Amino acid sequence: MSGNIFYKSVAELEKMLDAGEISSEELTKEYISRTRSVDGKVQAQLSNYEDSALAAARASDARRAHGEKRGALDGIPVGLKDVLAVRGQKLTCASKMLENYVSPYTGTAMSKLEKAGAVFWGRLNLDEFAMGSSCENSAFKKTRNPWDLTRAPGGSSGGSAAAVAAGECACALGSDTGGSIRQPASFCGVVGVKPTYGLVSRFGLAAFASSLDQIGPFARTVEDAAILLGAIAGWDAKDSTSVKVDVPDYRASLSEGSLKGKVVGVPKEYFIEGIDQQVRAAVESGIDLCAKLGAEIRQISLPHTDLALPVYYIIATAEASSNLARYDGMRYTHRSARATDSTDLYFKSRAEGFGEEVKRRIILGSYVLSSGYYDAYYLRAQQVRTLIRADFGKAFEDVDVIVTPTSPTTAFKIGERASDPLSMYLSDIFTINVNLAGLPGLSVPCGFSSEGLPIGLQMIGRPFDEANLLSYAHAFERAAGICDRHPESSLL
Amino acid sequence: MDNGIDIDYVAALARIELSQEEKEKFSAQLGQVLDYFKKLSDVDVEGVEPSAHAHAMYNVWREDVEGDAMSIEDALMNAPKKRDNQIVVPKVVEDA
Amino acid sequence: MEYEAVIGLEVHVQLKTKTKLFTDVAYRFGAGPNELTDEVVWALPGVLPVINREAVLKTIKAGLMFGCKIPELTKWDRKNYFYPDSPKNYQLSQYDMPLCVGGEVEIELPGKNASQMGEHRKVKLTRIHLEEDVGKLTHHVSDSLVDYNRAGVPLMEIVSEPDMHTAEEVFAYLNALKTCISFAGISDCDMEKGQMRADVNISVRRKGETKLGVKVEMKNMNSPSNVKDCVEYEIGRQIDCLTRGEPLVQETRRWDVQQGVTQSMRTKEMAHDYRYFPDPDLMPAKISASLVEKLRSELPEIPFDRQRRYMSDYSLPYSVTSVICHDRELCEFFEAALKAYSGNPKAVANFIANDLLRELSELSAAESETEGAEPEKASAGACGGAEGVSGRFAGCKMTPENLAGLVRVIDGGQISKQMAKEVFCQMFRSGETAESIIDSKGLRQNSDSSEIEKFCLDAMSNNQKAIDEYKAGNAKAINALIGPVMKQSKGKANPGMVLEILKKLIK
Repeated sequence: MSGNIFYKSVAELEKMLDAGEISSEELTKEYISRTRSVDGKVQAQLSNYEDSALAAARASDARRAHGEKRGALDGIPVGLKDVLAVRGQKLTCASKMLENYVSPYTGTAMSKLEKAGAVFWGRLNLDEFAMGSSCENSAFKKTRNPWDLTRAPGGSSGGSAAAVAAGECACALGSDTGGSIRQPASFCGVVGVKPTYGLVSRFGLAAFASSLDQIGPFARTVEDAAILLGAIAGWDAKDSTSVKVDVPDYRASLSEGSLKGKVVGVPKEYFIEGIDQQVRAAVESGIDLCAKLGAEIRQISLPHTDLALPVYYIIATAEASSNLARYDGMRYTHRSARATDSTDLYFKSRAEGFGEEVKRRIILGSYVLSSGYYDAYYLRAQQVRTLIRADFGKAFEDVDVIVTPTSPTTAFKIGERASDPLSMYLSDIFTINVNLAGLPGLSVPCGFSSEGLPIGLQMIGRPFDEANLLSYAHAFERAAGICDRHPESSLL
Repeated sequence: MDNGIDIDYVAALARIELSQEEKEKFSAQLGQVLDYFKKLSDVDVEGVEPSAHAHAMYNVWREDVEGDAMSIEDALMNAPKKRDNQIVVPKVVEDA
Repeated sequence: MEYEAVIGLEVHVQLKTKTKLFTDVAYRFGAGPNELTDEVVWALPGVLPVINREAVLKTIKAGLMFGCKIPELTKWDRKNYFYPDSPKNYQLSQYDMPLCVGGEVEIELPGKNASQMGEHRKVKLTRIHLEEDVGKLTHHVSDSLVDYNRAGVPLMEIVSEPDMHTAEEVFAYLNALKTCISFAGISDCDMEKGQMRADVNISVRRKGETKLGVKVEMKNMNSPSNVKDCVEYEIGRQIDCLTRGEPLVQETRRWDVQQGVTQSMRTKEMAHDYRYFPDPDLMPAKISASLVEKLRSELPEIPFDRQRRYMSDYSLPYSVTSVICHDRELCEFFEAALKAYSGNPKAVANFIANDLLRELSELSAAESETEGAEPEKASAGACGGAEGVSGRFAGCKMTPENLAGLVRVIDGGQISKQMAKEVFCQMFRSGETAESIIDSKGLRQNSDSSEIEKFCLDAMSNNQKAIDEYKAGNAKAINALIGPVMKQSKGKANPGMVLEILKKLIK
């Protein structure tokens, strides 16, 4: 590991805090100064709350001094994607619509983190309302990939991925609707986990597509991701879609698991033409590494894979068109000054408040639900969703984990795909199936391209089997031995 | 185009004012996307149950027990315009 | 040309739950603006709905009272439309899988007079579903204000078939709904408090025609008699139009209470395409047969069934049952009194239908006067007061057992009927038993025959004329002797005994 404090893992920082080598206040100040020095280039943060972060850090130090440490995250600075509600903090969703909105309540996952003693440092950029794959759709700034500032960090949780990669926080939360954690994690060379649908409460996550959204961790290591996931997982009475399952100690179970004797499924439909050759090579050697670790590699088929993209865009935009109807100029959002009556206020406030991609998706979603089209689009998409879920169900009868590339390419250039929505949508093809099936998926770094860009390997597990999934990724990560590479040169 | 989307109608449903430029751009782009969606029409979905959720669960509900209300200050802290503890909106044209 | 009206109703009923449909904030009628909200009611970014089980159960109960089928599977859908009183700009409702399907409501049409039962018939229902209420808009000169207190209150929508033809039927239907629903403790159905709201669809066609005419929807009626007046007016208006050969347009009209006419509502032409889809935030529900049976076992007797039973089992007159049987508290009072004394149900029922009801309404009139002094005071609303106990019984100190005791002493000849009325009033206010009032006031009827005989002889000695007339065959003449006897006994002499003794003495 690098000597820089801001690149240390949560596990290492916990040891240093426990040993008194550093205080949480000092650590938080490290991240504050690191952010000051690099965020001008990376542009990952939308806002931050230095005073409350330092106050939380001092409170953590006081607890440690009294022997009342609350767990591994006590005193650790954590970044939050700006779709996650914390009382008294802005919640912009990277939209002009919510530019001045401050949340009067704290969501469940964030409240759990607060109770675990975490220090909130930085609200992080995203594609507006989490709609996008590059962070270019933010109304406020374009976040840069710390490995190459001319490239996108991925999206929609690009700010979270970039902030962790650039050492602006120890770890972060994002949200994943079709790959919005895994794809930027892959582009930025960090670990990103999309939990099983229903494992983490969505209460306090500004909804994009309710049946697909999950909050999940970004971290430098699989162990850190396990720590963070363990802190936010669990049934919540405030989320009717959250599931009553036991949450094991993910961190403790890392050492118990290994890939030895496990069956790794490799779906043939994911190694298609159009996939970047360097990505293919890196993922294939990652699969070889799994074999070396004792796994049996088996080719499998997920026959409805190529239908996932249309199904996803129909379901996600339909749900979004309804979820975003509340942003209307009436109660708490941007309000147009040009409106003549209340109906006009909707049209103008929404025209002014939403960016182009959000408008495009709301229009598409309204269309697929509209009279005469529901059966052909929405109903049919839900039926094909059933077939996609069944594909995975059948595959998991024979395999323990499925391995694929996270994204077909490495980080692309900013502006490269902005004018063509369909090509942008295609960058999600390996991740959206996992959301449609409600399964846990993660991205773990598996190599670098010749340009020095990170490549991610996606592992997909059985529902609520995060403990095993994380242990496979942990074994892989240790064997791959690439997590001490940091993007320092581009940030100087 | 066969997949032509009635952009004025849909924009009215979504209550978004679109410029002429946006209308043309979106119509073309969404026509392309809808064309791509046609893939689905070839799938045999006879007898397949639709999935509205990622998992099947039933009877998720709560007991009828009173919790705390929000303070008026919190409730109205983001209001663009307020009066008498209420939200002020431009005159509402009655819409049956 | 003869025309007939075809009428269907959509009735919205606020359920009497403690909390809202999708969040645990309370609802009461009359709270200050926006005092009963939380982040879910405001639809802030990140909030989620969790359904109130009690609201589901109460809706099923309503369905069971009307003989609806309760499907095994039900779900919640979003009805998407923009309006400033709707915080999410979609309403959580039920589209194609409602909680209750079919069913019918027994109604009673007016009889020839108050003592005669009218015709009964059944109005078919389409469905009953559960949805959420919206906030309240008040319109001012240059803007409107929104209060979201009511937003999210559970609302049951009862949709009837187009199965009614007259204003009387509509009036009877609303009353029947109100009686059944309030009996089951599902809602108080007070239209003036907005707990029950009716949208009425009216069309008119030539008699004999099977196709429906142009449908007009009526809004803004806030009492059953408002609805009746509005329906009457609108049927007349539509028939007039057709007679004059003017076409009718499908539209929404509002009832103008002041002028007693319906008026077309100014509408801004917007597409109505609700884009219903299953709410991804809420899971469907399976309603088990055992749950349905459990709820069925908790239902009260259907009010019309109870009325028929009272008439046959207790030989009560129709006029008395038609008062008692529309009111659960009066029925409960009656039955509890009968438990304590079953000797004279008719007398018990008469006291309830006349004296008790009169005292209760006087009491509530007096209370509303004092309430007027503090207009901020919240009254018990749809979700307010405890189940089954409305405010109006609060000032009544008389227990059913006490009433039974009063009837028992009357039947035992211990007080006169005249005095019984007075005793009743005191019992109502003080909570004392009939016995103790009679004793403390010395009202016990005098049945001492020697004392009565003495009073009779006194009276006879002062009125030879009456004696002579009686002897001559004028039976009524004896009344002139009874008066002085009662006066002398200070009203306590047993009137029956007085008559007997006088007759004996005159012979």
